[in-house]
Amino acid sequence: MSDCRRQWNREDELPVYLAKPISAGPNQRHKSHGMFSSVEGAYDSKTIDFDQYAVGRKGNRSSRSSSRERVVDGDFEAYEISGGTISSPGERDDGRQGVEITDQTEKECRFMLIQVGENLIVPGGVKVIEANGCKVIPGGIDVNTCLHKPYLGTPPVDDFYQGTKAALAGGTTMIIDHVTPQPGDSLLEAFEKWQEAADKKSCCDYSLHVDIPHWHEGVKEELEQLVQEKGMNSFQVYMAYKGLFQMTDSQLYEAFSFLKELGAVVLVHAENGDLIAQEQSKILGMGITGPEGHPLSRPEELEAEAVFRAITLGNRVNCPVYITKVMSKSAADTVTNARKKGSVVFGEPITASLATDGSHYWSKNWAKAAAYVTSPPLSPDPTTPDHLHSLLACGDLQVVGSGHCAYSTSQKAIGKDNFTLIPEGTNGVEERMGFVWDKAVAMGKMDENQFVAVTSTNAAKIFNLYPRKGRIAVGSDADIVIWDPDKIKTITTKAQQSALEYNIFEGMECRGGPVYVVSQGRIVFEEGKLQVQQGTGRFISRKPFPDIAYQRIKYRNKVMSKQGVSRGMYDGPVYDIPATPKYITPAPSAKTSPTTHQPPPIRNLHQSNFSLSGAQIDDNIPRRSGHRIVAPPGGRSNITSLG
Amino acid sequence: MAERRLLPQEDDQGSLLSRLGTDSPKPRVKFGGMFCNIEGAFENKTLNFESYSPSSARRNPRGRVDDQRDNFSDTSSMSDFSSVSQTQTTPSCSSQGQTLVYPTGPSRSDKLIIKGGKIVNDDQSFYADIYIEDGTIKQIGENLIVPTGVKTVDAYGHIVIPGGIDVNTCLQAPHLGMTPADDFYHGTRAALAGGTTMIIDHAVPEPGASLLAAYDQWRDTADKRSCCDYSLHIDITRWHDGLFEELESLVKDKGVNSFLIFMAYKDKYQSSDTQIYEMFSAMRELGAIAQVHAENGDIIEEEQNKLLDLGITGPEGHVLSHPEEVETEAVYRAITIAKQANCPLYITKVMSKAAADVIAKARKKGMVIYGEPIAAGLGADGSHYWSKDWAKAAAFVMSPPLSPDTSTPDYLSSLLSCGDLQLTASAHCTFTTAQKAVGKDNFTLIPEGTNGIEERMSIVWDKAVATGKMDENDFVAVTSTNAAKIFNLYPRKGRIAVGSDADIVIWNTKETKVFSAKSHNLTVEVNIFEGMECRGYPVVVISQGRIVLEDGKLNVTEGSGRFIPRKAYPDFVFKRIKARGRMADARGVPRGNYDGPVHDVISMTKSVPATPTTRGPSCPGKTPVGPGRNLHQSGFTLSGTQMDDHIPRRTAQKIVAPPGGRSNITSLS
Repeated sequence: MSDCRRQWNREDELPVYLAKPISAGPNQRHKSHGMFSSVEGAYDSKTIDFDQYAVGRKGNRSSRSSSRERVVDGDFEAYEISGGTISSPGERDDGRQGVEITDQTEKECRFMLIQVGENLIVPGGVKVIEANGCKVIPGGIDVNTCLHKPYLGTPPVDDFYQGTKAALAGGTTMIIDHVTPQPGDSLLEAFEKWQEAADKKSCCDYSLHVDIPHWHEGVKEELEQLVQEKGMNSFQVYMAYKGLFQMTDSQLYEAFSFLKELGAVVLVHAENGDLIAQEQSKILGMGITGPEGHPLSRPEELEAEAVFRAITLGNRVNCPVYITKVMSKSAADTVTNARKKGSVVFGEPITASLATDGSHYWSKNWAKAAAYVTSPPLSPDPTTPDHLHSLLACGDLQVVGSGHCAYSTSQKAIGKDNFTLIPEGTNGVEERMGFVWDKAVAMGKMDENQFVAVTSTNAAKIFNLYPRKGRIAVGSDADIVIWDPDKIKTITTKAQQSALEYNIFEGMECRGGPVYVVSQGRIVFEEGKLQVQQGTGRFISRKPFPDIAYQRIKYRNKVMSKQGVSRGMYDGPVYDIPATPKYITPAPSAKTSPTTHQPPPIRNLHQSNFSLSGAQIDDNIPRRSGHRIVAPPGGRSNITSLG
Repeated sequence: MAERRLLPQEDDQGSLLSRLGTDSPKPRVKFGGMFCNIEGAFENKTLNFESYSPSSARRNPRGRVDDQRDNFSDTSSMSDFSSVSQTQTTPSCSSQGQTLVYPTGPSRSDKLIIKGGKIVNDDQSFYADIYIEDGTIKQIGENLIVPTGVKTVDAYGHIVIPGGIDVNTCLQAPHLGMTPADDFYHGTRAALAGGTTMIIDHAVPEPGASLLAAYDQWRDTADKRSCCDYSLHIDITRWHDGLFEELESLVKDKGVNSFLIFMAYKDKYQSSDTQIYEMFSAMRELGAIAQVHAENGDIIEEEQNKLLDLGITGPEGHVLSHPEEVETEAVYRAITIAKQANCPLYITKVMSKAAADVIAKARKKGMVIYGEPIAAGLGADGSHYWSKDWAKAAAFVMSPPLSPDTSTPDYLSSLLSCGDLQLTASAHCTFTTAQKAVGKDNFTLIPEGTNGIEERMSIVWDKAVATGKMDENDFVAVTSTNAAKIFNLYPRKGRIAVGSDADIVIWNTKETKVFSAKSHNLTVEVNIFEGMECRGYPVVVISQGRIVLEDGKLNVTEGSGRFIPRKAYPDFVFKRIKARGRMADARGVPRGNYDGPVHDVISMTKSVPATPTTRGPSCPGKTPVGPGRNLHQSGFTLSGTQMDDHIPRRTAQKIVAPPGGRSNITSLS
């Protein structure tokens, strides 16, 4: 089957609703305007028009080319899932239903849901999955993994194969991994490296975020290319890691402004790196070298402060901001308050922050304490997980990631005498869905629809994968999980798919788990057995300007234009001062801080670099702006048609 | 002038003052909250003359000599003061006994009795007469026995309050080589006319210049020109490690205990978070107050460029480029840094609701933080930036700008009333219209600053007291007492008590006065409060025991203002900090050495090219960059026993000698 795998870059091979979301005319893609509103076409499938679904007829989507026919071939697997409850945000079907998944035998070999309804009529040779008593949910989307992020040249023990295997075992059928180039590396090269690695190894669909390690003019070109040619729409910037990845506020402002123009989602690692550096040296100076130094040097105030600053910058630039790894109550509250004031900001707690707390940093067992090291650190406040779950349930936080970045104990031990050298990252890709169910749904905080929203749908919307992913609907990818709400499982290292020799959730009991996982239309997990195939994961390209993030931004752009006051010329006396520029900087070099940093000589190279390519800017602008305003993704007509 | 007394000598300070803090059973301020009663305050009512007479036996033997307070006034500041007095051509009048009677005073009487007024302090109000001699309050009570020849000031129907303290003025700081239109003479004259008897001015050295030199320069000018007592804040315009010594000498020898840090003015004054952290740490160590000008300079600069590109050059660009959020963000950040450094924080010029809210919230979480709204923020809003009259719009330009939200003044005065904001200042820094017009084609060049030194007290009365938001005691607290406490002038200033300086204002609470550029005592031709009618104004102002305002006539003497040195570690601010310093002691976990496998990284030198930035990793951040890091690596394995070695040393170091000395704290228990 791998022979017919992805050639995703060519638009014409995308499914109809994904292809050309920008250029297509009215009424394409999706019309949802809120997170929980229903989606056009979702209800169609409930009253089934058998004729329409009959084999040999045209697909129900009239826009599909007439040449497409659904052929269920014996070579391909076809399943019918019957008797489950389908949970999607916005609706809940309690009736007996069935979902039929078949392989689409078009050239691109897309695997999609063909029918959703009751008493489906399906062709023979279809495997029937009994889902009685279980929930049928869209496969989870884990938007924050680092499966290929090297630390001091050594890759994490969970690579794309191990990581995606674990993801599938936990009910996650798509991951979005972070591309982490080092400062000075080309983003494009790094992107290609990651893509190559993932194509070879990944067992489930994946996409990539690109981290921007260092902001300079040259990066802009690469970003533009990534967005427009490579199908990337999310980039991470850092407010921490002083001297390495950290950006100053000015750089953040520029980066936000630029990424907003591209229609990308800005992911922010929010911690105040300046203060962390101070605290780290202070704590090392006090003789604290163990893992407890990690949370001590990164108190949650620094996280909350940076979140606040990121949101302020986002508001000033009028750019959506996505906070990765919301680990503390105060940071989450900052996000909440900003949302209440209307900021377009999204918050992502991760498995670790939702399931455990930071008390383990004080464990007497060094290896155990070090296993929890991640940034921002887990909050030592034991009420944090509960609080984060509550915010997830009420929609103040939107997405659950895992922050899965697994380093073995021996890798962690690089920092055995200095906590600042411990590689950061915890596991969680496999446990993510389970803990949300266990701590939120099973506790009655969240309903199953919201569960689907936070584990997949919201992520799909924010990163513009919706409705191909994150929804069970006709035409969506057949990434489906049969979820048993009563399955009780004890997390243990022995049973996990990850290659790690530890598990930070060791011994925790978790209610709810997948019984079957269907990825790309194939059963990959069945009754505890994984059947994955390395390299079957496809890269899913994503378009810029996701509606959920950018629709409001577009309107605000129109409203927020600033106007001066027209007044007559001032003709009074003017104090005579020697013509000096306003900011006399006698010695800008004396400042060592990045904030007040004057561009050093090396920076000037970029500077000149940029001025050489002056023509380029002019070339780009019409293209870009045309892209943005004349035909916004989802189409302007989309908006007018609603009004 | 001749009778001006030498202050610093202890015996001269009034018996109440000189004993404060040394008397172990009754140490200085014992109040638990801002508005609680103050020990000894009630004693004033039933006067025991004997106990206050200097030679009285009630004075306890001075047990503790280690108190910093005493050392300060005894030794180091002495030299200062004598130098001051010399420059002021004061004849040697080292009056040892306070009861010394000047046989022939000049035309102006130096002995006053204020009769019939209601004395209002921050904690209580009561009816009593005040007898003033030698620039200090000698007696408070009814039916005072006073010598003959004393001038009587009638205060019937009015309240008698401590003279205002304006803690934020810029009467000398140049902008682009232009000095403010109101210098120390005009500024302090206006201050006195408005009921403010002391100012604390900002000394602004050029970035990179010596702080001490700036101090000397400001002292020099102010001593010559000032008409009322003054003190100085020093602005730190560029931080580097070498400045610590200057700070130390300013704090220890020069009587400066507050420094201003800028988070705005990029590439000029702005400090990075790292620098701010270092400064905060230094100030906590020295017992100084860290003041912060809180605005995010990075964002402001970007916004300014954007606006100028849009073709917006008028004063409205100023407020558009300094949005409230930018102020709020910086306040939030400053608080975070201060929390990390365990340093008290003082936010100058709280101009917006959101910023004030952040401060109020931080206080509720237990931060030691003070917020200072200014006269302009309480009396005007930012709608004027859009005025069609350029000169008018430009007159309002200051940073942070006045909020365009017209409900802001109300909100700020409410927070001031409930104690979430603590004191008011004026941020008086005036430039003439011609000076402002330097920026007529570019709002970023407009010199920043508004007037307010004269109007401050009246505005607070009118907006807060007359509207019923605060009572007269709170009024005294926010206009003088809290300032005196925070900056360690209390109870010499900010209180009407025996032994305090005779800086007294008789305040008319009923009648109104209209502000206008025509009638104000400033040299600038614009008054941002033009036409505003305010209830409450000073009828009589007494500064240093002399009447400077009476019957609407000002009678000031240039150069009569004294520099008031301030000691480090104001109790009001630092008591909590000290206690927290002892509590917040991070400890490591003693564990056995990790003996499992360690991934080998030394051979894994990565082929990562050096970062193109010159931002060197100046800190042990998480920098997995090849070779440099490996040095640490090898260094660390060698020092395996280091953990055990360190623990005893650290705890001893931190607990045995907290900054400011434990003795200070133990003496309280």
